[in-house]
Amino acid sequence: MRFYEYESRRIVERAGIPVTQYGFCTTPEEARAAAERIGGPTVIKSQVLTGGRMKAGGVRFADTPDEAAEHAAAILDLEINGHRPVGVLVDPKAEVEQEYYAAVLWDGRAKRPMMLFSDMGGIDIEQVAEEHPEHVGRGHLSNLLPISDFQAKEVVARVGLTGSELNRATAVLARLARLQRDWDMTLAEINPLARLSDGSFVALDAHMEMENEAVFRHRKALEELGVDLSDPREQYEPSEFERNVKAIDAADHRGVIQGKDHGFHGNLGLVIGAGGGSLTLTDAVRAQGGKPANYSEIGGNPSVAKAKGLAMEVLKKEGVDKIAVMMSIVSNTRVDIVARGVIKACLELGKDPAETIAIFRIPGAWEEEGYKILDRYGVEYCDRSVSMWEAAGRAVAKIQGGGASANGEAS
Amino acid sequence: MSVRVDDVFIGIELTDEAARDPELARRLEEACPVDIFKATDSGAEIVRENVDECVLCGLCLDAAPPGAVTVHKLYDETTLAR
Repeated sequence: MRFYEYESRRIVERAGIPVTQYGFCTTPEEARAAAERIGGPTVIKSQVLTGGRMKAGGVRFADTPDEAAEHAAAILDLEINGHRPVGVLVDPKAEVEQEYYAAVLWDGRAKRPMMLFSDMGGIDIEQVAEEHPEHVGRGHLSNLLPISDFQAKEVVARVGLTGSELNRATAVLARLARLQRDWDMTLAEINPLARLSDGSFVALDAHMEMENEAVFRHRKALEELGVDLSDPREQYEPSEFERNVKAIDAADHRGVIQGKDHGFHGNLGLVIGAGGGSLTLTDAVRAQGGKPANYSEIGGNPSVAKAKGLAMEVLKKEGVDKIAVMMSIVSNTRVDIVARGVIKACLELGKDPAETIAIFRIPGAWEEEGYKILDRYGVEYCDRSVSMWEAAGRAVAKIQGGGASANGEAS
Repeated sequence: MSVRVDDVFIGIELTDEAARDPELARRLEEACPVDIFKATDSGAEIVRENVDECVLCGLCLDAAPPGAVTVHKLYDETTLAR
């Protein structure tokens, strides 16, 4: 779950990390009042869940409260990358001596949280890491042991900070690490973290992302912060295909289906899943020249209706000629039930299953019964002796107009 | 005479006697994990939209007297019966 900047600021503030005297406003009048309260020049920032605010004109500077109100009115009307702002953040234009970067994120490869600190803040940390690796300090945290300030200090010291600067930055990074753990954040980032002329550190911008599965644990705190939990906060507007698949899944408790087609424009529909099969099979199709029309996941012993629903939605997508029904291996999901579902989808759409299903490769529970169904409708299928790679290759060959030999090579 | 409902893959058949037995209808409704049978005051109804959901578990066969229920696998033309 992603947070707006103003929400991230509130979370950071709760963790005891100093922030500026900002104001979240939903009208120009509120922005004027916030600017008056702050006094002096201000920055007006659009509150949208997308990047590129500065380039799009979503960040503007004001010298007076009237100017702040004027900018707020313009920004509140400004759509950025298809996102409407939920408000603006009015922030004092701070007198900054130096900008730093501090973050604690979940390192999926190490399966542990990782602290990051740089004395080159305010810019893209990936760019800093690539061009100036000596300016980025890193350090992993334990999933079991308490977080000690000393671990944060080691990371900060790696980029050369000493004395009171080191001590003050250490306190911020250690608090950020505890925030990341306590709030189940996949990313807790402060960029820039500013050192002001009096030597104090203050978070000028924050970016927080919470593990979706953990949101329920923080419901009370999120409600206290005014976070609207009914807001799905999608990265993009879901397509009709995605909405329909979600609705089919929600209507029937048996099994699970998911479908995504954002960025997919191919002609081969994928009804895939099980045991990591979705990612592997999508990659296998693409690596062999195929063009997937979607990504999907099916498993958990879905009903015939649910398997049919997913297959129908995939087949109804514009440009889809055939579907490949493939999984790694199934144990509780039944092969015959999925076979019934996908064949029924073809029949209800007036399509010949033998022509429409490029390949059916689902080894596992009730496969013999499934093969009887596939035989009846002339659908090409294969068992576990054919690898996922080979099965994907056969589907690609078929949709590209070639046949496929027994070993999966296009003829 | 019997009552039979076929979908694409599965057909369900009840003898007339079984279809008119409210007590058996209640047992069939309780036994079937995919709600193929609906108990009414006059006996059992076969819910067409659920027929193809049959998981071939045989619980309906166990719940009914021998010969009362037959499950037809239309794709291989075999039956399940007791």
